[in-house]
Amino acid sequence: MSQATVRIPAPLRSFTGGAAEVAVEGDTVGEVLRSLSEIHSGLKQQILTDKDGVRDFVNIFVDNKNIRSLAGLESPVTEDAVIYIVPAVAGGGS
Amino acid sequence: MSPLRAVETASTQLWLPAVLQHELSRFAQASYPLEACGLLVGRAGDTKIDTVRVVPARNLNLERPEDRYLLDPQDFLATDRAARAEGLEIVGIWHSHPDHPARPSGTDLESAWEGYSYLIISTTADGAAALRSWRLVGDRFVEEAVEQEDTEP
Repeated sequence: MSQATVRIPAPLRSFTGGAAEVAVEGDTVGEVLRSLSEIHSGLKQQILTDKDGVRDFVNIFVDNKNIRSLAGLESPVTEDAVIYIVPAVAGGGS
Repeated sequence: MSPLRAVETASTQLWLPAVLQHELSRFAQASYPLEACGLLVGRAGDTKIDTVRVVPARNLNLERPEDRYLLDPQDFLATDRAARAEGLEIVGIWHSHPDHPARPSGTDLESAWEGYSYLIISTTADGAAALRSWRLVGDRFVEEAVEQEDTEP
């Protein structure tokens, strides 16, 4: 299994005990995120849907690539990959 | 006797030096009458949010750019990387409300995250009119004081 580093944005650090980075093993992005959710309960419902997809308000990047442009949660993870959880930021004046 | 009400202000203060406020107004006004958006980079303490840099980002909402924004996640990622390399982090989001008050809209509330300062700049044809900061607490926004000067010794 590959060891990846998951970077946690500030709004989700209450689920990781304040940690900005968590090292997790897995061969796909989905495996890494599910393992992460097992370590830090409560995180899963923030980032994954019940049907094991990525929530609309979250983007997942592996290094520089959004996994939506790769193979989604099946995207492979190589040793020392950095996985970023990026909150979707939106709004408007009315 | 009226029931006890929660205080409608955030427990944090956003420190935003005057030079950054001016820079932000310029960014926001340059996009008028469209919305502008970007990120606040700095250090987040328990009660004091220090802004070190304001960063513009692309608005990917091309359908309603006059009253909606969708911040480019690639810009978020690049800003986050650069910030962490300096020992800083993304502490907030800024965006403009062209010809609307600097108050969060329902659309802002739908997409908000706890833990960030949401700085809103009201822009008009005559220039930036107001700047106010908000934080999501539970299911609502509360106002956060914006300080220009560091008041601590």
